[in-house]
Amino acid sequence: MVQITSPAFKQNAARALGDAGLQKALGKAKGAFLQRRADAVSRLPEFEQLRDIGRDIKNHTLANLDFYLETFAANVERAGGTVHWCSTAEEARATVLDICRKADAKTVTKGKSMISEEIAINDHLEAHGITPVETDLGEYIIQLRHEHPSHIIAPAFHLNREDWEADFRRMHTDLDPNRVFNERRDILAEARTKLRSRFLAADVGITGANFLIAETGSSVIVTNEGNGDLTQTLPRVHIALASIEKVVPTLEDATSLLRLLARSATGQDFSVYTTFSTGVRRPGDLDGPEEYHVVLIDNGRSNMIGSEFQEMLRCIRCAACMNHCPVYGVTGGHAYGWVYPGPMGSVLTPSLVGIDKAALLPNASTFCGKCESVCPVKIPLPNLMRHWREREFERHLTPRAVRRNLGLWAWFAKRPGMYRLATRAAMGTLSLLARGKGVFRSLPLAGGWTEGRDLPAPEPGGTFMARYAKMQREGR
Amino acid sequence: MTKDAILASIRRGLKRGPLPADQRAMLEGRLATHPRHLIPARSRVPRPEQIALFIRNVEKEFGSVARIAAGEEVPEAVADYLAAQNLAPRFVLAPNPELQALPWAEKPMLEFEARRAQATDAVSVQHGYAGIAETGTLMLPSDAARPTTLNILAETEIVVLRASAVIGAYEEAWDRLRRERTDPVTGGFMPRNVMLVTGPSRSADIEQTLELGAHGPRRLHIILIDDDPAALPVA
Ligand code: SF4
Repeated sequence: MVQITSPAFKQNAARALGDAGLQKALGKAKGAFLQRRADAVSRLPEFEQLRDIGRDIKNHTLANLDFYLETFAANVERAGGTVHWCSTAEEARATVLDICRKADAKTVTKGKSMISEEIAINDHLEAHGITPVETDLGEYIIQLRHEHPSHIIAPAFHLNREDWEADFRRMHTDLDPNRVFNERRDILAEARTKLRSRFLAADVGITGANFLIAETGSSVIVTNEGNGDLTQTLPRVHIALASIEKVVPTLEDATSLLRLLARSATGQDFSVYTTFSTGVRRPGDLDGPEEYHVVLIDNGRSNMIGSEFQEMLRCIRCAACMNHCPVYGVTGGHAYGWVYPGPMGSVLTPSLVGIDKAALLPNASTFCGKCESVCPVKIPLPNLMRHWREREFERHLTPRAVRRNLGLWAWFAKRPGMYRLATRAAMGTLSLLARGKGVFRSLPLAGGWTEGRDLPAPEPGGTFMARYAKMQREGR
Repeated sequence: MTKDAILASIRRGLKRGPLPADQRAMLEGRLATHPRHLIPARSRVPRPEQIALFIRNVEKEFGSVARIAAGEEVPEAVADYLAAQNLAPRFVLAPNPELQALPWAEKPMLEFEARRAQATDAVSVQHGYAGIAETGTLMLPSDAARPTTLNILAETEIVVLRASAVIGAYEEAWDRLRRERTDPVTGGFMPRNVMLVTGPSRSADIEQTLELGAHGPRRLHIILIDDDPAALPVA
């Protein structure tokens, strides 16, 4: 498993705030995503209705998950594919290695997949003499740098153009060291050339899956580059890695969710390539894999069903929550210390790795509510973070000082740069704290900050603690 | 078995055993009828407007469209496009009977082979199954006559599409596939691969700035045959 540094979130965040290169990259990237999403949403008047539909489809599926997984598996097998059920990351790694060995694989191309990060398949393959090659442009440079993705749809979110150029010069030593990168597209062209031979040589292609479709036994990938399609079409063996909550009943269900996905993620109306893979090459087909494997991974998710965190399993990994998160916007993704950053990571990581290792993450929030308001499947992320904080209080996992001032919220509030963002994004929460006086004499959770100054408040409302207590009473 | 353990864990969470027969039947009914959800109004317009919407969306996504009156004009349209792009008049053609039957001999400078695509092919000419006006998306289901490699290997992909195959929403394309195709292996309708393609390949991984020409085609050109009298532009 990827090494977990979530317990050091504070130190990670402090380092991130002081990292000029990172701050530059974050500053550039953030605005682009927000504007593009807003534009895409404004072009589709039915977007809000579709969010309700998306939520309902996912809820229906989760309530009948056993049925839909069994139906999916039966349909994969009817199409000549194989489904491998894996409870843990270890089982999934062993399964993938076994398939690769049987295929006598030397190199394996890979499409972008967060579950492959979660099970750390690259290290495992490498340790057994098989070379994994990341083919998504962002993943490719991350692999060259021996890093992990800092964002779930834009793995190289934390890098600047200069980093790309330097790394390409360092790694592509067969090319003219004095070549000039005039434009971003020169970097892209070099990666395209470099990866072409890899695509053609690979024995196995590994992709993730944005959706699995029970009706047809299909795995669906959504990409813009086309690397995922080269990965799953050219090698003799295709392995799709997917966690159990990716299944949806029908093509119509997947289609409705696809209307939400690209708009929420990159602000496109539709991604360039949305591809449905169903089984093996048919008689007469001139291309496509001869083996098709779906590695179906639980790794802690089935335990979330029936718990207060079940709603998190609706997530379609669009990244809108992190793109709109004021905390992510200044710390970047690596500070979160595991595979999934931002608000969705703050809920999911404790569920998957244990709250003891991720206790700080649910506190890494201004509770501004922006994440929930953009989530295409309406996951109540702030509430779920509150649930974790409650649990954590019950278990007394937090150090006393953190308990006293509700920890990171205050920690962030004391950082002026952070606070400006928070105030801009967090009017709702702040108004709750102002008790109708229009000014904060003291913030109940950030005494250190208000000692020497007042903070103008946006609008009157009930206190945070009152609201929090009310929510607990209502069992939300 | 791991499968049973996972299913048992899910059922524990759902606080029930395996689904009772009547509920199973209900879910099977939902799969069989695959109900549609909300379909955005934007594509529910008269035929000529649907075609115009399709073209507008393709162009918005950096593709291009040439509209021709009849299939016989395809070879000329291919030759013209390649010349305009300064590309050699050489391509791999989908081994599709409809495409192979076109009067290629009238453009003898065009060299082509009908087969799957290879890494050395610079241009592919593919057969389009459906065009989805809602987002300017092509549906390209794989079969012996429509190899997937033609969609991804060449730098330039040309897709020949009949205007009668342009529909409004994705759901209509799925229903057409359900109606028209029987899979030799599953008896269902899904082929091994269905690609929905919207514009040429791109990446925004470098500083979140869009650049065209990632691993798939750099150019996507659609030759649209006006075979549908109801879909012609209103004069
Ligand atoms: S939690 Fe919602 S907004 Fe965040 S990645 Fe998942 S679906 Fe997208």
